[in-house]
Amino acid sequence: MQPLVEVRNVTFGYDATPVLRNVSLHLHRGQFAALVGPSGAGKTSLLKLVLGVLQPMHGAALLDGAPIDGRQAGRIGYVPQLETVDWNFPVTVEQVVLMGRVRRGGWGPWHGAAARREAHAVLARLEIDHLARRHIRALSGGQQQRVFLARALIAQPDLLVLDEPTSGVDLRTAENILHLLAELNRQGMTILMTTHDLNAAAAHVPWIVCLNRAVIAEGAPETIFTDAILSRTYGSEMLVIRKDGLLLVAQKPHPHTHHDILPAPVLGHPSVEVGKSTPIDAAPPGALNEEPAYAVVR
Amino acid sequence: MQWFVEPFQYEFFRTGLSVAMLAGALCGLLGVYIVLRGMSYIGHGLSHAIFGGAVISYVMQWNFYLGAGLWGFLTAVLINQTVRRTRIGADAAIGVITTASFAVGVALISRYRRFTQSFDAALFGNILGVTWEEVAVVGGIALLVGLVILLFYKQLLFTTFDSEVAQVYGVRTQWVDTLFALALAAAIIASMQVLGVTLIAAALVIPAITARLLTDSFGRMMAYAVAIGVTCGALGMYLSFYIDVASGATIVLLQAAAFAVALTISGLRHQAGQRLAHVHVD
Repeated sequence: MQPLVEVRNVTFGYDATPVLRNVSLHLHRGQFAALVGPSGAGKTSLLKLVLGVLQPMHGAALLDGAPIDGRQAGRIGYVPQLETVDWNFPVTVEQVVLMGRVRRGGWGPWHGAAARREAHAVLARLEIDHLARRHIRALSGGQQQRVFLARALIAQPDLLVLDEPTSGVDLRTAENILHLLAELNRQGMTILMTTHDLNAAAAHVPWIVCLNRAVIAEGAPETIFTDAILSRTYGSEMLVIRKDGLLLVAQKPHPHTHHDILPAPVLGHPSVEVGKSTPIDAAPPGALNEEPAYAVVR
Repeated sequence: MQWFVEPFQYEFFRTGLSVAMLAGALCGLLGVYIVLRGMSYIGHGLSHAIFGGAVISYVMQWNFYLGAGLWGFLTAVLINQTVRRTRIGADAAIGVITTASFAVGVALISRYRRFTQSFDAALFGNILGVTWEEVAVVGGIALLVGLVILLFYKQLLFTTFDSEVAQVYGVRTQWVDTLFALALAAAIIASMQVLGVTLIAAALVIPAITARLLTDSFGRMMAYAVAIGVTCGALGMYLSFYIDVASGATIVLLQAAAFAVALTISGLRHQAGQRLAHVHVD
């Protein structure tokens, strides 16, 4: 079966030094995959090759067997990193979403009633219909991410590409976004994203691609998240902890973070009783773990 | 009403007022895109580059509008391509390319000292010497640019908001940038007679940034910028007539005053918003 996306022996670099070397990757229809790897591993470059924004030095990036060169515009919905958005730009949520149907929008500044209905339907699907007239700056991180997801979905794409969708948002929002993506994937959407959040990827994404200038390994999280593969991907020692069906990834704590040199943590709001902080012993059972800390997403 | 009607008996005032309002609308409209792209310096740079083109047109005995326009357009395209294809930022690209172009003009003037043509008008504007033919040219340019902005509104909006993402969604951003460069070069040439090279940058930037302070809506920002450009153009002409000060400078000073008022309003609004937020929190 022909993959929806095929990256075939791609080498790419911004100058003489390649950022990606001989990378090959297949993504079939209905797949949900996450690219993980350290900063500078080439994740965003690989995404941009798939988007057709960058062109490979060697090899090819294909969509349905045809080279990705701009003619596939509209077949890929792209959600960029929130950090790259100009939040002072004078646009409302609805205007941003309508940008996604620019190819079907016709001439002139006006959008027809059908286009507006379509935009509101997508916003309603993502439960942010009530924010349509708000300025994009006046939203929370999770709402902002949904706006750009709505812009991608209104384009009716075959492939959804997201660059760090959980970056810069709190844990709960990140989990909501990943639940939403999983739901879209269940409805048939093919999704490719990058992330630094390994625990979230382990919990929500069924296919992981470990990248560090080359593909180190790919597969289901259970097979990919091993000490050996992650340590090789990140170039530093990583611990994978399996507990009650959960996969947890942690870095080995540095000796300096040993408990005996840490000040006692303060629980509760310090301003409740000024000068009296809750001692560590008063913490509710299970609130603190004597093991080195690692983030558990769910 | 006497003060309003009296200047109209002079032909130079009628032509000057028409061209000042048209140039104000044109610069206000394009200024929105320039300001939002963070390329405020391009108006300044391009007007200097076009001065080089104007001198070359004179030396080669080409039509001023065609020669200077083509030169300005090529300069704008060169700036866009340099920014897209290299790691050089927009500010540096504008600085290098447009000053080099301006230097070509200065070099030619110093080489051919026998110039009978005065380039003072191009540098400082000569709104009182505008003919009806020139008003018609500026009107034609304004109409054409307005039409282009109207037709490609969605593509321009998306490209200005995020050029790379717009490309992914099927906007031919290279073409949009080229079209915009052409419109900008045309607008600068049209405004040269009114404001001169030295003041065009202000006319491009001030109405747009003033409008941005007053609204969070893209459409309203365009409408306000055009309104500020037109109003300051008209009021500036009257003021310069009565106080006998250069028209271009008066127009720009009025725009600066409008900016100061908008800045004050925006600051007061911000303070009121913060007070309201405190009330809610308390």
